[in-house]
Amino acid sequence: MSFYERYMEYKNFDFEGFFDRVTDRDIINIINKDRRLSELEFLMLLSQKAAKYLEPMAQKAKKLTLQNFGKVILLYTPMYLANYCVNQCVYCGFNITNSIKRKKLTLEEVEKEARAISSTGLRHILILTGESRKESPVGYIKDCVKILRRYFRSIAIEVYPLYENEYAELVEEGVDGITIYQEVYDEEKYKALHLKGPKRNYIYRLDAPERACRASMRNVNIGALLGLHDWRTEAFYTGLHADYLQNNYTDVEISISLPRIRPHFGSFIPDCIVEDRDLVQIMLSYRLFMPRAGITISTRESEKLRNNLIGLGVTKMSAASSTQVGGHTLCDKSDGQFDINDRRGVEEMRQMIYSKGYQPVFKDWQAI
Amino acid sequence: MDDKLIIGDREITSRLFIGTGKFPANRIIPDVVRMSGAQVVTVALRRIDFDSDDENMLKYIPKDCILMPNTSGARNAEEAVRIARLARALGCGNFIKIEVISDNRYLLPDNMETVRATEILAREGFTVLPYMSPDLMDARRLKDAGAAAVMPLGAPIGTNKGLKTREMIKILIDEIDIPVIVDAGIGKPSDACEAMELGAAAVLVNTAIATAGDPAVMAEAFAKAVIAGRKAFLSGMGPVKEYAEASSPLTGFLA
Amino acid sequence: MFITLNGKQTEVNDGISLTQLIRSKGLEPESIVIEYNRSILQREEWESVVLKENDKLEVLRFVGGG
Repeated sequence: MSFYERYMEYKNFDFEGFFDRVTDRDIINIINKDRRLSELEFLMLLSQKAAKYLEPMAQKAKKLTLQNFGKVILLYTPMYLANYCVNQCVYCGFNITNSIKRKKLTLEEVEKEARAISSTGLRHILILTGESRKESPVGYIKDCVKILRRYFRSIAIEVYPLYENEYAELVEEGVDGITIYQEVYDEEKYKALHLKGPKRNYIYRLDAPERACRASMRNVNIGALLGLHDWRTEAFYTGLHADYLQNNYTDVEISISLPRIRPHFGSFIPDCIVEDRDLVQIMLSYRLFMPRAGITISTRESEKLRNNLIGLGVTKMSAASSTQVGGHTLCDKSDGQFDINDRRGVEEMRQMIYSKGYQPVFKDWQAI
Repeated sequence: MDDKLIIGDREITSRLFIGTGKFPANRIIPDVVRMSGAQVVTVALRRIDFDSDDENMLKYIPKDCILMPNTSGARNAEEAVRIARLARALGCGNFIKIEVISDNRYLLPDNMETVRATEILAREGFTVLPYMSPDLMDARRLKDAGAAAVMPLGAPIGTNKGLKTREMIKILIDEIDIPVIVDAGIGKPSDACEAMELGAAAVLVNTAIATAGDPAVMAEAFAKAVIAGRKAFLSGMGPVKEYAEASSPLTGFLA
Repeated sequence: MFITLNGKQTEVNDGISLTQLIRSKGLEPESIVIEYNRSILQREEWESVVLKENDKLEVLRFVGGG
């Protein structure tokens, strides 16, 4: 069993024809429906027709988010451990062909970063590496987790796809979450964007979230990198993937991120423009399709947009972000993966969230 | 339109199942079955009473009906399995409704024992339709155990209260991909219609028909209600509500 | 001799066969199922069963039920 089978069911689907046939009544009925939406109803929410209904969709999304999450936003920050990478992904700053400064934190440096970050009050951390089993092998990640466990209550990883037993090892060590973006669900486009390296293996990456679920990972966060390919179909496959994981692993917390491609080192120009209102439409559709899924918006997005998305479905936001290795403490940082847009620190984010009538949460749980 | 109901390996021609208990006299049952259009008819298994003139129930049920014996009387899985095997040995097919009840106040089913009985009987080749309290976890277990359908109650047996468990039934219909047949509590044809509108695969009605003033006419009313509800469901309903624009629109910032 | 028939102590003729007992009670074979000493019998087996002292018989049929 693999999500690939579900993806293949839509391989020759006539998305254009389907979107053409969506009516106003369809969208209104979907917004009013008080039960689970079907896949095709979700797809309708991603149509051009639904763009006219963002406001009622937003009202419904707000209600659902309130019911399922309350007035709460979880804050976290990413910590880049290493940016050595053997892949050649045309859209990424860490691309092996880019001459950037490569760095890997020593364990002392990890502890220094951890101390700095946790002094801001944050207790949820996301640790990242590029794909290099030589420079940042599982053993190294585990060693970092051992240190980070002393400073943070929740440690999530965003690293290269691992085998199930490797996920299990990290879960044993204290990792409770994984973020892994398929980047592009369209198989042909995926091959075109990932020129060299292990990341070229589409199915191995596609199945990674499922391997994590089987290894008893508590939180699994997926997403497509919006802008790489037609956003309507990419968002559809993302939702389908989240739904597939939730159906098969009912006790895992599934969440979805909406990373939108940002300026970075290199000359790649994205295929597809994703406007702010498109991003909002995608987020609202995810919320209506999966009322209990977490939704993350990162600092790729502007202050103004992030502020306005609170209440529309976002449940998790990063603060004080840096995509540079050692970015929180070191003067000798590496180059970043992409440009940060919202540069606000933890305290600023805290105040902003309060001002919206929401509570910023630093610690959601504690593993015992 | 191709709208078949397949249970086990049988195609069922009517989405109204009826029970044969509580009737004032067995001789009206053939008329009731005919007017209801039902194909699946439930019976129970009991000891012969040698001292009285016991009738053969099978005389009153048309030969082309699918008999579904229930395991009423069973208080645990072992008793249900025993009754099921006895019922099958009577030679009327392998459909069985598992009914395990050790609560005499409300006659609420014991989901745990029902799951255990389902595991055993499904393995022995029965077409198992378990009567259950609508719980999603138990419905999943029943499906994994090999049930051909699940039969959640709308309200306790005999109460005729309608779909008190409506929200839970909706969840089962949305999450379980074997037929969901609402059984117990259906008091009026409109209850049956509502269950079908929600997306139930079928309904089982006993008390409401058996204890009606004119059971045959009531059976006909139920037949029509079930057809109406199913058609409504297939035609794709949805409440039509126009949204007013909020005074402070949430998406105003996008302009 | 005495057997337990549907839970009650019942006197029957010595050496009576099951089929004979059923006939003597005026029962239609197609309408009943028999459990003999906790074992379900198929109808073909009835002929070969000769009842003994203290045998336990359950004879059941379908009745109305929901």
